[in-house]
Amino acid sequence: MILLKMFITFLKIGAFTFGGGYAMIPLIQAEVVDVNKWLTYEEFIDTVVIAQSAPGAIAVNVSVFVGYRIKKTLGAIVCTLAVVIPSFVVILTIAVFFYKFKDNAIVEKIFLGIGPAVVALISTAVLRFSKGIELNKVTLMISIVTIVAVALLNVNPIFIIVLAGVCGAGLYRIKRATKNG
Amino acid sequence: MDILINIFLSFFKIGAFSFGGGYAMLPILQDEIIQNHQWLSGKEFVNVLAIAQMTPGPIAINSATFLGYKLDGFVGAFTATTAVILPSLIIVLTIAHFLNKFKNSKYVEWAFKGIRPVVLGLIASAAFFVGKDTFIDIKSVIIALGVFYVVGVKKLHPILAIVGAGLVGVLVY
Repeated sequence: MILLKMFITFLKIGAFTFGGGYAMIPLIQAEVVDVNKWLTYEEFIDTVVIAQSAPGAIAVNVSVFVGYRIKKTLGAIVCTLAVVIPSFVVILTIAVFFYKFKDNAIVEKIFLGIGPAVVALISTAVLRFSKGIELNKVTLMISIVTIVAVALLNVNPIFIIVLAGVCGAGLYRIKRATKNG
Repeated sequence: MDILINIFLSFFKIGAFSFGGGYAMLPILQDEIIQNHQWLSGKEFVNVLAIAQMTPGPIAINSATFLGYKLDGFVGAFTATTAVILPSLIIVLTIAHFLNKFKNSKYVEWAFKGIRPVVLGLIASAAFFVGKDTFIDIKSVIIALGVFYVVGVKKLHPILAIVGAGLVGVLVY
């Protein structure tokens, strides 16, 4: 029975959160912490931190984690399915119509206007994200090197992510070794 | 069958390496979809992004469903969506299982110290890629500046801004 309730709750979360990721967190919190009391507020904060550090869509990560907390692996699968189903159905419907109408002159004009808006939205995300991390000489340098490598030199982004992670962990190892030795 | 395997592998990779949600995965998506497989042109890619942004749900999932449909109909959409979610499911379940070890690991903490500024760089690169395909004239630059102002400074809801930009598009083009 609780599984059904979880399913319906996450279906609702998936259906009503536009703009993805961070926009979904307040709604998930309201449903999971305030309405259903499946998690305490502190547990929820933990969940968000982990969802942010794991790869993949934040909303999906939160759903997997909350589902696991309530009903282990089965709960994780139920919540994940539920949160994804609404966008899957909506996007499929749109995709079917989009390929019918994309050559329509008005639709083309609409997308000519929307394109630059997407650039602007991504730029606001750059601004928001840069406020969320410690920006100093080193981190700023890493960001700039990433931009040059990915945007101008076509380096595979996955390579840079792995490199940065390994260097970070390696640096800690060196730090610890010099402290002990 | 070959196309389905390619779709699965590409989106699994995208799901496994998109840190920081949404926009940070765009350069990876771009690398796979436009450069490696040439499944879409840059311009089509921007249209997909706009649609993914306006519909409910995470942008990564929405673009996976849309692109999957374009490549191989319903089966393609299902394959791409499953593939992009699977890494999250596996990784988050693993973390949930070893929660305390993960939370207290200095190695994990330092790895993320390295990855976070990379994610910032990736989001900025995404703006660069999309801008390259959309800034076709001075009008498009003005639309972008206007949207940046109303969303970034005036805190207008992004969906309203997209709808507004679409209307402006009809009026000026």
